[in-house]
Amino acid sequence: MIRLGLVVNPVAGLGGRVGLGGSDGTRTQRRALERGAVPCAVDRSTAALAELARRTRDVELLTASGAMGEASARAAGLPARVVHRPRRPGATGPRDTVEAVRALADDVDLLLFAGGDGTARDVLEALGEEARLPVLGIPTGVKMHSAVFAVNPRAAGEIAAGWASGSGGPRLRPAEVMDRDEAELRRGRLTSRLYGWLPVPYVPVRVQQRKAGSTGASPEALGGIAAELASRAGAEDLLILGPGTTTRAVAAALGAEIPLTGVTALVRAGGGNGCGASHCGDCPSACGCAVADRAVPRAPDGALPPLGSPRAALAPPPPRPPGAAAHPPPPGLPPYRTLATHLTSAHLRALARHHPLLLALSPVGGQGFLLGRGNQQISPEVLRTLAPGKLLVLATEAKLAALHGRPLLIDTGDDALDAELSGYATVLTGRGRTALYRLSH
Amino acid sequence: MSAPFDTHPAGPTAHPAAGPVAPEDARIADKPALRRFHQASWDEKLIFELGSPGERGVLVPDVDPEITEALGGAVEVPAALRRTTAPALPEIGQQQVLRHYLRLSQETLGADLNVDVGQGTCTMKYSPKVNDRFVTDERIAGLHPLQDESTVQGVLEILHRLEGLLKEVSGMDRVSLQPGAGSAAIYANVAMIRAYFADRGEARTRDEIITTVFSHPSNAACAKTAGFKVITLHPDADGYPDIEALRAAVGPRTAALLITNPEDTGIYNPRIAEFVDIVHAAGGLAAYDQANANGILGITRARDAGFDLCHFNLHKTFSTPHACGGPAAGACGVTEALAPYLPRPTVEYDADRGRHRLDGDRPHSVGKIRPHHGVVPNLVRAYAWIMSLGADGLREVAETAVLNNNYLLHKVKQIRGVSVPYATGRPRVEQVRYSWEQLNADTGVHSEQIGLRAADFGAHYWTSHHPYLVPEPMTLEPTESYSRADLDEYAAILAEVAREAYEDPETVRTAPHRSTVHRVRPEALDDPARWSPSWRTYRRKVLGAADAT
Repeated sequence: MIRLGLVVNPVAGLGGRVGLGGSDGTRTQRRALERGAVPCAVDRSTAALAELARRTRDVELLTASGAMGEASARAAGLPARVVHRPRRPGATGPRDTVEAVRALADDVDLLLFAGGDGTARDVLEALGEEARLPVLGIPTGVKMHSAVFAVNPRAAGEIAAGWASGSGGPRLRPAEVMDRDEAELRRGRLTSRLYGWLPVPYVPVRVQQRKAGSTGASPEALGGIAAELASRAGAEDLLILGPGTTTRAVAAALGAEIPLTGVTALVRAGGGNGCGASHCGDCPSACGCAVADRAVPRAPDGALPPLGSPRAALAPPPPRPPGAAAHPPPPGLPPYRTLATHLTSAHLRALARHHPLLLALSPVGGQGFLLGRGNQQISPEVLRTLAPGKLLVLATEAKLAALHGRPLLIDTGDDALDAELSGYATVLTGRGRTALYRLSH
Repeated sequence: MSAPFDTHPAGPTAHPAAGPVAPEDARIADKPALRRFHQASWDEKLIFELGSPGERGVLVPDVDPEITEALGGAVEVPAALRRTTAPALPEIGQQQVLRHYLRLSQETLGADLNVDVGQGTCTMKYSPKVNDRFVTDERIAGLHPLQDESTVQGVLEILHRLEGLLKEVSGMDRVSLQPGAGSAAIYANVAMIRAYFADRGEARTRDEIITTVFSHPSNAACAKTAGFKVITLHPDADGYPDIEALRAAVGPRTAALLITNPEDTGIYNPRIAEFVDIVHAAGGLAAYDQANANGILGITRARDAGFDLCHFNLHKTFSTPHACGGPAAGACGVTEALAPYLPRPTVEYDADRGRHRLDGDRPHSVGKIRPHHGVVPNLVRAYAWIMSLGADGLREVAETAVLNNNYLLHKVKQIRGVSVPYATGRPRVEQVRYSWEQLNADTGVHSEQIGLRAADFGAHYWTSHHPYLVPEPMTLEPTESYSRADLDEYAAILAEVAREAYEDPETVRTAPHRSTVHRVRPEALDDPARWSPSWRTYRRKVLGAADAT
């Protein structure tokens, strides 16, 4: 019988649905809770353990008390021995993760931890650079650039069960612990920093890859994708763009500057804010759409007051990366402008009540995640409002090729929806060009 | 230990793998397995920079007095056709020209010089020199494309017979020899597909063409050029074209499937007939890109899998020279239903009169793909090649090419760091796309760098089309022309470069060391502001000449 350790970071993923781009730091967590964030780490950890319990009960589980593990074990019906208690159970932080991991490390054969990139860094800190203990992340964070996570909680349970079965189980491989480079982000570049490696039981397609750097796609390729996207958008559609370098470049080709992170809404410029009377029956004004009990600010030309921005209402526009300088929209393309940035799940649901949404996402480079990594605002409830054909994937041929045949992935937190969306995704790769690509969960 | 300019391989710093230094009286058998190759570097100027004003290679004689007399006075080019300024040609003597091009030829690798199995997908095979004698014969070389057809019956007969041979090889009902290369042939097929649906009033509704990512990129590009929307299918987990993806892709908008088989991975799709059936059931056509036909000649045919159109690259499978990018030759084969749309003119045989004629009166034709009758010298070469082999010989070509490929596969997969993605354990047809992913993970050396180092041993090497779907790819296609010794040498070169990558990666990373010292800087090829396809643009963009416009 193997001994399995479990450490849950209870606040991981808190900022996801409410568009905060992360959950690190007590200020962010407080703000997330103010915006109505509901903790999800315990539930997602429970899903992992339930999958494990379904496959084997031949494990001895060691964990920390309360939300740091005990609660998930109990909910999954797995007996667990509590070997660590955080000092302030209701307000745990990185120190608690480090201490819990250290308390477990010497006594377990495999450590499951639940969190995001920040939690993975805490685990790395606790175990040190030369860690030998096999580790596997249950993905419960907001964005997960690291390669130490299973593709979804159930996959984590499945792999842990395989590990427990001993012979013929997955082999270990060193997996990167990464986190977003905040200094680079302030300079307008979305990159990850490598912090170290942890040994992970690797099962192809069930353990995720690390995020790859941007492929530096040519403006021509991205302009072609923008043209194809525009040709598929109805005049009334609100264009909802996920985060990333690709979507930002596509928005730029459409004439709109958007941030690298968060979910953004674009409207066709000069199109009455995208509000046609037929869609705006209950709008209080020509377009002051009631969104989450706040009016969608009518964006003046130039500076746009971002809706629900975690920063000040009049945040400066994101700096333009070198080389991505103002490419005017290709001839014949309708220009778009930014309606709102850093949207929350609640904002998106409210927008969906008044407007047809066209959602365009680009997979995380090298990793393939479309949903459930860094864009939890696009929640199952939001996705269920989309009309057929209104979820489009944007990627250059090079970005698809860099997946080396691995499928696109989704992890919305709703198994039924994940199954429904799986199959083949239409990926816009250029003007008049699409790829049909496998989408899996 | 790095050796950036290893000009004395026989000296004390000689690479151990270069083998023992043969004594003066060494027999051939004592030669090392790896050549102590060094390429010439002439530092040659462009021909436009050579010569001097007034220098001439040919002194054009005056018009023969008898001709002048026969024409009744001075012979002059009509004023309207006369140049007002002399052409800006180099002024240079014959010997200088010969020397110039011989030097340049020493700075390249090529099919007649090195073991060219590294140019995968291009089907580098021997172009028999005897066939060049036919096309340089005055009876072919002296023909003009505008001659009256009564005076060119011989060459028309060759074209008509070649069409017959290719009909037999493909199973199709008609063949056009007009396209100047593979991409031109694909374009001709796409144009015929467009015309076929236009005739049925479906030009607007059937606007999508489906292809696969491992088919040649020209399929997608030609479809796009002809105005179709393109849907690209990615392979399934085993590397086969994904039949479920095809089912998801077809519909009332489907005009056609353009697909290669075997694809550039060398994997034969055994369900190809099912692919065709799925497209037919949706009302679309199926076109077979047979650029990779070298391993299936005489074994399977486009028609047998139900295809409506196909094309061959005569410069690949049928031995005519690639000619450094053309002119080459393509051939389109179609079923009777598509025959009205073939490029015009077609070559017809009038049995009653025993005469061949050109038929330009084809109202449904897609028109001309290139002027006149195609690249006739290459068509003559292809005809001669097929006739020299016969039906059994063609099949033997395919069998030998497949055997050579699987022999090389067997040798290469034993090299450390290389893998053969997809369809594990299955043989390949005529080529293999390998991966150096493991070697790259272990050493940091990239596939392109292996290619540059292979050049130091006199071998050419190719990765794959971009973007790389297989990580760190290498594509080898040995064809039937290479001997076992050739294949052993090529495998030994790869093994040596892989060994260096593990033991002395710096030597590989900084290669080439024994080739003409240059590396192509891709930015000069990618940037319209800098690329210089002509002397005039070179002067303007690179030399900054103000008078060059």
